[in-house]
Amino acid sequence: MKRLILILALLASPLWAVQPDEILDDPALETRAREISKGLRCPVCQNESIDESNAALSRELRILLRERLVAGDSDAEAVDFIVTRYGEFVLLNPTRDGANLILWYAAPAMLIIALGIGWATIRRRGGKEAETLTEDEKARLDEILRS
Amino acid sequence: MIAELGHFTLILAALVGVAQMIVPMVGASKGWRGWMGFGDPAATTQFLLVGTSFAALTYSFVISDFSLNLVFQNSNSLKPMLYKVSGVWGNHEGSMLLWLFILTLFGACASWFGGNLPATLKARVLSVQAAIGVAFYAFILFTSNPFTRLSVVPFDGRDLNPLLQDPGLAFHPPFLYLGYVGLSMSFSFAVAALIEGRVDAAWARWVRPWTLAAWLFLTVGIALGSWWAYYELGWGGFWFWDPVENASFMPWLIAAALLHSAIVVEKRESLKSWTILLAILAFGFSLLGTFIVRSGVITSVHAFANDPERGVFILIILAIFLGGALTLYAARAASMEAKGVFSVVSRESALVANNILLAVSAFVVFIGTLWPLLAEVVLGRTLSVGPPFFNAAFTPFMVALALILPVGGILAWKRGSLAKAMRPLWPVVVLAVALGGLVFAMQTGRTALGPVGVALGVWVVFGAITDIWMRTGRGALADRLGRLTRLPRADWGKLLAHAGLGITIFGIATLMAWEQEDIRTAQVGETFTVGQWDIELRAVRERVEGPNYISTMAEMVVWRDGAEVTTLYPEKRFYPVAGMPTTEAAIRNGILRDIYLVIGDPQDGGGYAVRTYIKPFANWIWGGAILMALGGMVSLTDRRLRVAAGAAKTRVANGGVPAE
Repeated sequence: MKRLILILALLASPLWAVQPDEILDDPALETRAREISKGLRCPVCQNESIDESNAALSRELRILLRERLVAGDSDAEAVDFIVTRYGEFVLLNPTRDGANLILWYAAPAMLIIALGIGWATIRRRGGKEAETLTEDEKARLDEILRS
Repeated sequence: MIAELGHFTLILAALVGVAQMIVPMVGASKGWRGWMGFGDPAATTQFLLVGTSFAALTYSFVISDFSLNLVFQNSNSLKPMLYKVSGVWGNHEGSMLLWLFILTLFGACASWFGGNLPATLKARVLSVQAAIGVAFYAFILFTSNPFTRLSVVPFDGRDLNPLLQDPGLAFHPPFLYLGYVGLSMSFSFAVAALIEGRVDAAWARWVRPWTLAAWLFLTVGIALGSWWAYYELGWGGFWFWDPVENASFMPWLIAAALLHSAIVVEKRESLKSWTILLAILAFGFSLLGTFIVRSGVITSVHAFANDPERGVFILIILAIFLGGALTLYAARAASMEAKGVFSVVSRESALVANNILLAVSAFVVFIGTLWPLLAEVVLGRTLSVGPPFFNAAFTPFMVALALILPVGGILAWKRGSLAKAMRPLWPVVVLAVALGGLVFAMQTGRTALGPVGVALGVWVVFGAITDIWMRTGRGALADRLGRLTRLPRADWGKLLAHAGLGITIFGIATLMAWEQEDIRTAQVGETFTVGQWDIELRAVRERVEGPNYISTMAEMVVWRDGAEVTTLYPEKRFYPVAGMPTTEAAIRNGILRDIYLVIGDPQDGGGYAVRTYIKPFANWIWGGAILMALGGMVSLTDRRLRVAAGAAKTRVANGGVPAE
């Protein structure tokens, strides 16, 4: 199932995801670095963040990211720094602008439409039934059960 | 010789498939009994022929016949027997043969157990099933022949990818395929019903066991894959929103929706055309999943363009079957008249809401999986859609689903009362909120995921228990307990499946919220502390020889409050034939938490990179999945489903009331 990840593992050098020597001394800064790197894609892997990836390039990116944070960049600035070099491709969390709005809002829109249609249909059909007399209902029920 | 026999029987099976596709269909429309009956022996014959072919390939793997290209590429004489066998489906050609084998198995089952089906419906079902088979026979024989020989026989094989040499993964693909292909039965029934122009309660009863079986196999398959990723990939992730995972998750979601809407068709003769559409879509997603996995299109548009043959072939199969079925649906759906009416507050409406939420969440997975492809082809933008998107866009729908589940399960059919349904549930609400609040108070300053997950899990699990308790009616405790044991199996299935979902939600949320991680360089003999545990790296042995690998094995002792808890042996293996390293994490499984140890590379300054994870409630994730599958199994054994067809007949005869 994870064949894609497997292919990646094939390519990967036997390095590890986050190495002990990469970890920053400041725990707050390190936590920020970990959070950011979970949202950045390893450019040479299949669908892996640089936080999980074993690839050498991911290690470089993790170190680069930490350098930026130590230099005083905000989270957004550090991410921008990497995006300007490696492109939008590295963002595992796609931006919410332009055409990507379709990606983000298609499903909620679909939910609202589906609920609307469902509500209207049930109201229309159920409404009819609610107006009928109990005797009719019983007849209807018999018909359903007999079929 | 054996391999040629396998190739030959596969071709024979394809010819039988073509006949089975045409003869019963013509017979059904002309009313010729003999032609309709042809489907039965043909389905059994196909199954035996493909079975022989599959056995021939398995035999070639077992005896390591390296004159077969496939065996040479994917096996090795040193490999343990289990993985020689699982190597049969650990590759493209073999897995497609397995797919076909399971397809013919389901076709044969429809023939064997479909004795009570109306003759025309059965003939059409077998015919549609054969048509799907024919498409895949053509695919295998023309693009992916597993029986290709090599002119020069190599001395030994290249070995199976070592990550696949694992018991969890050995059985993962067969289960997944049982699920994928099982949905072909729902599809065949839907198309046959559209051709017949009739969908009624009896149809829903026939189609429900197949969908239930497919869904439960998919559940097991997905859970196995996730469990494998957890212990094998070395950092304890259990779900990656990888396109290949999503490919199996979409049919699972749609199949779950189908299961629920088929209940409405069966009990209330409503939602007919919607149920037919779901049956078509479920198999459509199975085919889409096959396309995603087999074509490599999601990996890269360019990989697809370089070797388009297989991908295009599956795309054509997908277009023909989905396009054909949807056209038929558009023409015939209007004639599916709903008989049962229901009001806005009713079990039916709750199931509609369930269906909408499941369908929309499947759509989230769908658009997220295909968006990078669309963006590249249409917009020329190379972008990624990863876990942050799916977590943010998918979770709300699941939360909503979990919130309405207990209420919907208790609401009365046709016209219910929210107040009445909620009455027995208020104590559960109080319990869920109280436990959520308690957790929130205990874990100050951490993510809200933990408390919310706990509250939701408690709500769903105890809601399910309340539900079955309410089914026992009123009266003395002893009477109710007595009635509890006599409830239909389907009620117990409902309890297990719903409680399983609650437990999985609880496991996922708590694991993600409270996981602890420690990465460090440890010297041999050093003891370090992670949370409440002291962990000692006692020894590291280099070059430990396995059957087909060399291992670096650490001995690590886990202490708690000065008492020894366990000794674990994480490994780093190297498979020389494949030239690949793997990590074998050592896991102390527990009900409350797993202790997960990984040994890494030696460091420059001496010592080893060591990773320690404390994973709370990890096993609850798969425990919940097992419960869900178990629930499906218990429901399958319900008398009402087993004797479905017979029961339907007698019901028509004496105008009886449907069970429930």
